Amino acid sequence: MSSEKGFEPRIVAFLCNWCSYTGADLAGTARMKYPANVRTIRVMCSGRVDAQFVMKAFAEGADAVLISGCHTPSDCHYQEGNFKALRRYYLLKKMLPQFGIEPERLRLEWISAAEGDKFQEVCTEFTEQIKRLGPSPVKKGVKNG
Amino acid sequence: MAKPKITFYWCASCGGCEEAIVDLAEDILKVVEAVDIVFWPCAMDFKKSDVEAMEDGSITVSFINGAINSDEQEEMVKVLRKKSQVVIAFGACSHLGGIPSLANLTTKDKILEASYLKGPTNVNSEKTLPMVKVPVKEGELHLPELQEIAKALDQVIDVDYYIPGCSVPKQLILDAVTALLSGNLPPKGSVLAPKKTNCDTCDRNKTKPEKLEIDRFYRPYEIELDEEKCFLAQGVICMGPVTRGGCDERCVKGNMPCRGCFGPVDNVFDQGAKFVSALASLFNAKTDEEVQKIVDSIDDPAGTFYRFSVAKSMIGHKV
Repeated sequence: MSSEKGFEPRIVAFLCNWCSYTGADLAGTARMKYPANVRTIRVMCSGRVDAQFVMKAFAEGADAVLISGCHTPSDCHYQEGNFKALRRYYLLKKMLPQFGIEPERLRLEWISAAEGDKFQEVCTEFTEQIKRLGPSPVKKGVKNG
Repeated sequence: MAKPKITFYWCASCGGCEEAIVDLAEDILKVVEAVDIVFWPCAMDFKKSDVEAMEDGSITVSFINGAINSDEQEEMVKVLRKKSQVVIAFGACSHLGGIPSLANLTTKDKILEASYLKGPTNVNSEKTLPMVKVPVKEGELHLPELQEIAKALDQVIDVDYYIPGCSVPKQLILDAVTALLSGNLPPKGSVLAPKKTNCDTCDRNKTKPEKLEIDRFYRPYEIELDEEKCFLAQGVICMGPVTRGGCDERCVKGNMPCRGCFGPVDNVFDQGAKFVSALASLFNAKTDEEVQKIVDSIDDPAGTFYRFSVAKSMIGHKV
């Protein structure tokens, strides 16, 4: 993993319970293949994804973070959790470069329960993109000198 | 019985924390009556060798303020740790890295360049930069070296308690000293301040509308600030929702928003990221364009949300 050539990114994906996780599940049951680089974390809503989760993922060495929820404007199970995710996403994108992290390492997608194929597509494309971008500049444990 | 021995030490700090101790005014007499101050370089004449000569563990409490950003400070706090039973990180810089750790968002080279080569008030035609040693006719002089990043005290030595604030309010100092003298102390690692957020106790909280919705942000100088209305309701960034209370809302009473010097409440690990979550939720925007427009009205998010806590943020510094 250390050599650039054989670099396999680690991507943390926060998926909402009602749409995106079910979409990922559909991709699985339909036997659609997608890269094993994506590590899935199920949350109840994309609006539950605290910016702390994203910063923690990067601090612990994730090469990229995907947040995925129900389509805007009206699919969110909790009515407007996905809007909260959308707003945090843009604010984080502005802040991440101040810590030296490329904003492309954070991605937001809307994936419904019926869109197993979109989940497959997003994972494949995002993994390829991060492979081209290279490993995260954050070195685990570096903050304590 | 001998009086407990205490020390005060400063690292990368502005002197405001020393001032806070002096601001105890006549109450300082009660403190001085109860303890022996055995080391306080800012106010009294002691040398490093005096501390080194003390027995290990013979100092009851050391209050250390300032961030750690030079090798000399690192060395000194390690000596104090060895000699002290209890070490207290005193003030925002020592607690969280404070203002000096904002430097972690840039590099040491850029800081030196800005301060010594590009400063408009500097005359430095020989382009002299700080050196670790310099030969003079009497011999060689050695100076402390600035580190790449500024650290909070607990990133260098083990810390028993934290007293937050920039600077520390008088009441918190007195409460801490009373607790120390009586031995009635909370668990190790506690922050010696209330557990609720600033918003919780803020007088302006009642003026906050049922649903806060923000269309754009203003910096305090850009608008005329209402003296009673919640700052967030005025579109001014206020760190109150994610900042520990106990400061007596000194800034808010002076009609300035909370800047976050008390750090996060317990169970929040990253004050700035938590504020991203809190603040973004309030945007009055539902499309990419609308959100982007509001985000554009926030200058320097990292410097604002982590104004006092870059060192203790999860990433810690620019990578």
